[in-house]
Amino acid sequence: MKRREFIGSLTALAVSPHISTTDPLVYSFTRGRPVRPGRVKLEMPPLAENGHSVAMTVRVDSPMTPSDHVRAVYLIAEKNPVRDMAVFYLGAHCPRAEVSSRLRLNGSQQVVAIAELSDGSFWSDAAFVEVREAACTDGG
Amino acid sequence: MALARIDLPHAARRGELVEVRIVIQHPMETGFRRAPQGERVPRNAIHSLVCRYSGTEVFRATLSTGIAANPFLRFFLRATQSGDLDFWWLDDDEVQGAAQTHLVVSS
Amino acid sequence: MRKYLILAALIACAAQAQNRSGLEFASDEIRRLQASDAENPGMLWVDQGAKLFAQKCASCHVSMKGVATRYPAVEDGRIVTLEAKIRHKEAFAYESDELLALTSYVAHQSRGMPMNTKISEKDVEKGKAAYYRRRGQMNLACAHCHEQNWGKHLGAETLSQGQPNGYPAYRLEWQKMGSLERRIRACMFGLHAELPPYGSDAMLELELFLVWRANGLPIETPAVRR
Repeated sequence: MKRREFIGSLTALAVSPHISTTDPLVYSFTRGRPVRPGRVKLEMPPLAENGHSVAMTVRVDSPMTPSDHVRAVYLIAEKNPVRDMAVFYLGAHCPRAEVSSRLRLNGSQQVVAIAELSDGSFWSDAAFVEVREAACTDGG
Repeated sequence: MALARIDLPHAARRGELVEVRIVIQHPMETGFRRAPQGERVPRNAIHSLVCRYSGTEVFRATLSTGIAANPFLRFFLRATQSGDLDFWWLDDDEVQGAAQTHLVVSS
Repeated sequence: MRKYLILAALIACAAQAQNRSGLEFASDEIRRLQASDAENPGMLWVDQGAKLFAQKCASCHVSMKGVATRYPAVEDGRIVTLEAKIRHKEAFAYESDELLALTSYVAHQSRGMPMNTKISEKDVEKGKAAYYRRRGQMNLACAHCHEQNWGKHLGAETLSQGQPNGYPAYRLEWQKMGSLERRIRACMFGLHAELPPYGSDAMLELELFLVWRANGLPIETPAVRR
């Protein structure tokens, strides 16, 4: 086997440390293809005073040209009762692969962002958010 | 009809990057909350949202209950010509919402 | 009893000397949200209020600038809140989106202006007594947290002075806009105390005292709070 092919196959084995590719939610859009760490930056505050609204920005390092762009970004929460949070569909027309929103987090947990590129590859990043509990619950 | 607030630069030059921000009034009900009498408040969240600029789709999202109430979204588009920015969304109760604004583009 | 009242008066004076908005005790994220009209969810209610105002109020009323700085007020011996004034033509339900929207819109027109109610210390006697009275299973008075211990921690939260200048406010806990009365009730709930009904004398007296105490603080509606 040529050296380039050998190294290529090694990178294909690189697994995302952020989330398992056999996780059913991840499999539903990756179909088992490898998810590699990198190229995605998920920005969330390390400490959130309140789980009701936590700021999130996700950026993907991509030239966003017709031949090389981000197709979609998937957001998955580790511990929310409903783990799929959002999918942002971008595409070649989008000039910058950057989306912000506000998330609801059910307690301290990891949030994972997986980007699907136009070449069919998947890349990931994760952020751990410590979520504080309210001192007095409201009741209305 | 749900209210929305769209923030956009009032004008842009052709080819320029434009930052779009929108806040939509919607409870994004998770289905896990309980009303004062104790009964579960049923799930109702915006699940689909599309933004079109001069008729062309520039942004699409599938949202879920993990998005905070009164959802906020920020994304980018490239200014081409003056045109309308049309937002459309649909929630679990099959209620549609829409909001519109205009982008003025100079060459 | 007299000694207690004197102590209460002294504390009240000291507190008034350094009135601090709830914003000072809020997290960076909440401050950021409040500072951005584009991102502050409370602005949705202000927008809705602007529309309703144009439909229902503009035939008689022109500008609402400065109005919110003068309420609650004492008119003909009765305590009148902004909500009560807004309901004078159409009786919107308390905590309804319409009433919240209109109240937010009117208060927002005075954003940045200092609260400047024309109420005297005599007017707030009952409210002040209520503020210092222990209540609920916790057997605490408002003053215990918001006068004696503001700035300190209760769990992971920092106790505020309990100032009303940001209301109606978008509270993350409610995930929507809410009135000052709702917030007072929520606090009472935390004490496991009986909740005064909306618009009741007990509620109005407390509101009047809070606003008298807050005189000088700028209106921040729509504030964002946790």
